[in-house]
Amino acid sequence: MKKELIQDAELVSNYINGDESALSVLIERHKQKIYSFIYSKVYDRDITEDVFQDTFIKVIKTLKRGKYNEEGKFLPWVMRIAHNLVIDHFRKNSRMPKFDNTGEFSIFSVLSDSTLNAEKTLIKDQVESDVRRIIEELPEDQKQVLMMRMYQDMSFKEISERTGVSINTALGRMRYALINMRKVIEQNNIVLTN
Amino acid sequence: MAKIYSNASHKPYNLKPKDETISFLLNYSKALSVMNYNKMKFEALLN
Repeated sequence: MKKELIQDAELVSNYINGDESALSVLIERHKQKIYSFIYSKVYDRDITEDVFQDTFIKVIKTLKRGKYNEEGKFLPWVMRIAHNLVIDHFRKNSRMPKFDNTGEFSIFSVLSDSTLNAEKTLIKDQVESDVRRIIEELPEDQKQVLMMRMYQDMSFKEISERTGVSINTALGRMRYALINMRKVIEQNNIVLTN
Repeated sequence: MAKIYSNASHKPYNLKPKDETISFLLNYSKALSVMNYNKMKFEALLN
């Protein structure tokens, strides 16, 4: 077995202290894992190359800005960045469908079946139930405002009248509800995307 | 005989980034410098 002479953490700290060659070792050490991970999601060499590059640009920027904290390990952190960028890629593509420019125009590239397939329906149900569960964790006043706004589609004016607080308070509760939900999502690594 | 319904997963060999990508990243890293000024951080690409 190949022995890793210098630990990742040490290389990272060397890199932060200006040793550029440490980055090269880190990339060399993990490039295959990260690249394969991205490829296993996007199945396209060019996109994989782009996402890989963007991942390390983010890594470099974060390290140089001194924002990296050695709480976790280097590789899982990079993997997480790659994972987020893969999600961004799919989001961007679903907003802006790409035309397959292989000659003949295919009408199916612009027409899509908006009904969800079985898998997507399952995922959607799962995501919705996860969201419901997170909402249940919120303090009562925040939960009330959020439910009225999101599920009953009430305006903040109506919410303030119904709950007997000012519009600003209702807005504030909504804001904290969202902040708290994000916190719970982040702490529990919940993925709410399909 | 049991039928195998699943396909063998298609595993492309040589799953690693191009050398150009790596060299771009290393050069990018060398060129990027972050300056601190009054709690603000500025990035500069110096080629």
